[in-house]
Amino acid sequence: MIAVFLKEIRGFFSSLIAYIVIIVFLIITGLLTWVFKNNTFESGYSNLDILFFWSPTVLIFLISAITMRSFSEEKKSGTLEILITKPLTDFQIVLGKYFAGLVLVFLALLPTLIYFFTVYQLGDPVGNIDTGATWGSYMGLLWLGSIYVSIGLFSSALTDNTIVAFILSFFLCLIMYIAFDLLSGVSWFNGIDYYVQWLGINSHYQSISRGVLDTRDLLYFISTTVLFLWLTKTKLESRKW
Amino acid sequence: MESVKVINLKKIFGEQIAVNSINFEIGEGEIVGFLGPNGAGKSTTMKMLTGFLPPSAGESWVTGFNVEKNPLEVKRNIGYLPEHNPLYLDVYVKEYLLFCAGIFKLDKKEERVKNIIDRVGLTPEYKKKIGQLSKGYRQRVGLAQALIHDPKVLVLDEPTSGLDPNQIVEIRNVIKEFGKDKTVILSTHIMQEVQALCDKVIIINKGVIVANDNVQNLQNTSKTKTIIVVQLSKEIELNIFRAVQGVLQAKRIAANKYELECTSDIREQLFFAVAPTGSAIINMQLEQQSLEEIFKILTNPNLKV
Repeated sequence: MIAVFLKEIRGFFSSLIAYIVIIVFLIITGLLTWVFKNNTFESGYSNLDILFFWSPTVLIFLISAITMRSFSEEKKSGTLEILITKPLTDFQIVLGKYFAGLVLVFLALLPTLIYFFTVYQLGDPVGNIDTGATWGSYMGLLWLGSIYVSIGLFSSALTDNTIVAFILSFFLCLIMYIAFDLLSGVSWFNGIDYYVQWLGINSHYQSISRGVLDTRDLLYFISTTVLFLWLTKTKLESRKW
Repeated sequence: MESVKVINLKKIFGEQIAVNSINFEIGEGEIVGFLGPNGAGKSTTMKMLTGFLPPSAGESWVTGFNVEKNPLEVKRNIGYLPEHNPLYLDVYVKEYLLFCAGIFKLDKKEERVKNIIDRVGLTPEYKKKIGQLSKGYRQRVGLAQALIHDPKVLVLDEPTSGLDPNQIVEIRNVIKEFGKDKTVILSTHIMQEVQALCDKVIIINKGVIVANDNVQNLQNTSKTKTIIVVQLSKEIELNIFRAVQGVLQAKRIAANKYELECTSDIREQLFFAVAPTGSAIINMQLEQQSLEEIFKILTNPNLKV
């Protein structure tokens, strides 16, 4: 698993993928947080709500892009056969790729700590920021990234066409992130709207963003990630059916 | 102890039976040629042996481990070069081999990789990306990948297909060199390759094994008649040949060149038959029935004798 993980990481950094993902993420979030209309200065509060509002959407694009090749390209070029006939279980292959993707997300989020530091210094008095909520939000973003990565891997395992993998991953992430929120507003779901909302990532992300570490949220993030990783593994094994 | 054992192995894709209950055993250290026309089931059999595809029925063992029940042990003992030699084109040769060594958790990775690069003849190219290599060198990378963990069994699916004649010879030498202390199964449809490399041949057609013997035996047993090609300095009457006892048929195949179908090797008699005519024998050659013909006969029902 570690060999696969290292190979993926090396792949991200030896091609331009890693740099582009990190730079694009920082440019977009930087502009939204500090430059565009409704930026942090204009809001007048020392917080990073704008960053945490936009990041989930930006990450859908970026994570779909970094995971789209993971299996589809291996399938297309035939290297998957090499990988599978090495002494690795299918799940080890999936996990290696998952952790590599997660590390890339982590590295993209890492520089935004500068934003946090800046706002921290700008607060009046200095340090007047809800630190708990900020850490909670970062945690939420990482977990959200974890689900996106697993969705991306699953989409990539479904097809040997990277474009299809990207669109599929984008669509599935979007559904998991926001669709259940929107659905819960539909009148059919009156009465069970809370449960519908609960299926989506957003409600848990919002909850963890308040700085409250609820085990139910953690359980949701973990189980959703595992679900998609398991689906990916099952898809890989489907060659045997 | 046999190092590969296959019992009633069967693979069905939908309606099509790709491999139909085949049985064979390969002893330790043997080099076996897997021969057959395209679509005969060679690759499918290899994919089942290496644990990529599960069989529809039957079982196989590699170095004593059951492929279905002990896949990781089997994979540890097999070096596999799939058909078309898939590779990561954007990765450096050395990096790729280090990755493979990492999967096997080998110690002294650097040393091993250096050693294998040297042995398969990649030294001048190992600093390049795989995508920049010529086909012959890519094939060496594929072999290096399969050999890095010093496996007991080597499974090579058409290792020389698509290479130029020089590269073919070079790759064959690499296989020969490594095959000394390993069991090797290689598939091919080039007959000379089998003659050059293998101890044993398994000919497979439409999912069924039609021949499984050592190369020498196969050539001898299926030989039904002897062909002698004679080249003379002057044309002579075909009847002179036909008069010699043992000649079944004589025909002129080129200027001063004749092909004779005989019951046995009668070159001596031919010499004395031709000498009085005043035409000198420049060349006289006994044609062994080539594996190529045996292959044609065994895999083509219309030609069956």
